[in-house]
Amino acid sequence: MTSLITRRTILAGAAATAATGLTVPARAAGLAPTPTMRGGANNYLPNAPIVERIGAGGFWMTGTVRRAGDGAPLAGQRIQIWAHTTEGHEREPESHGATLTDANGEFRLEMPQIVPAFGQAHGHLAYDSGDFKTVFLRPLMDSPSDTTLAAHFVLEAA
Amino acid sequence: MPRLKSVLIWLAVLAAVSVPLVAAAGSPLLAWRQPIYIISGFAGIAALALLLLQPLLAAGLLPGLAPLASKRWHRICGLGLVLAVVTHVAGLWITSPPDVIDALTFTSPTPFSAWGVIAMWTVFAAALLAVFRRRLRIKVTTWRRVHVLLAVVTVVGTVVHALLIEGTMETFTKIALCIIVIAVTARAIFDLRLWQLARRKKRGRTWRPQ
Repeated sequence: MTSLITRRTILAGAAATAATGLTVPARAAGLAPTPTMRGGANNYLPNAPIVERIGAGGFWMTGTVRRAGDGAPLAGQRIQIWAHTTEGHEREPESHGATLTDANGEFRLEMPQIVPAFGQAHGHLAYDSGDFKTVFLRPLMDSPSDTTLAAHFVLEAA
Repeated sequence: MPRLKSVLIWLAVLAAVSVPLVAAAGSPLLAWRQPIYIISGFAGIAALALLLLQPLLAAGLLPGLAPLASKRWHRICGLGLVLAVVTHVAGLWITSPPDVIDALTFTSPTPFSAWGVIAMWTVFAAALLAVFRRRLRIKVTTWRRVHVLLAVVTVVGTVVHALLIEGTMETFTKIALCIIVIAVTARAIFDLRLWQLARRKKRGRTWRPQ
């Protein structure tokens, strides 16, 4: 199953490419901001605390945060993460946590294994700190057995 | 029809409907889910199971059921099907309104959503057409063909919707039920001979409804 390139993989890849603007040349001038996803905000609890990891871990949520226009990596940005996992429902506070991007604008947070809910395994991420416009993301997992999921933000000034 | 064959057909239908439901009830994905979301999911499975009964009843394929009783049960199951779909969508709405808005507006990131929404509208249309059948004053043949076309879209949409979903239904029983639903629908349409009626009439033969 893992060796198969599914339609979902290609669609997700295309969507990710479109969302991150990776097709834009190296200078990345005019990098478009990531549109917020309506479904991304479901069960959002504002101000999730910054944590070492959510629950017992075992699954990695990763991603990048860049600035719209010039594509510069944004350090120290707070990204909130939650999902339906082996340890709890999306709405439970214990399922929520936040982390900060490093100097390269990258973030990674360990969390429990995401399990399918609402038809397909997915995560929720939010940038909602005020300096830039709020963005909610709802990335899908190609397979429920994946142990990592990536989501990329391109933020525009609020 | 021999007694043994009748019993076997009824047992097969009972198994086709109940085994997927029992298998889904044992799904590990049910953990942490809210009751309304669980009800919503099972309403969806019930709707798929009713889609198996509907063509069987419409074509009078269930042994021991007189044609009139069969038609009456087709209407009752049709109402049940609409109620199951309403429960399914309402439960999903309560669980996650933004995801349902995305689905209804065909902007959902999950590909299975659109298939489910199409099937929802066609099943509603098929049911409304049945309710207003007399008042619409359209030819019975035309009515039946439109009703069956809507039913076929409902079946195809529902099957694709179900197959694309990673949900509480166990994979093998889900695929099996979907194949049976498609096969039974095809058989019922063939038996009803909806598209041969006109030609037969032209050839001067009489056609009697069962």
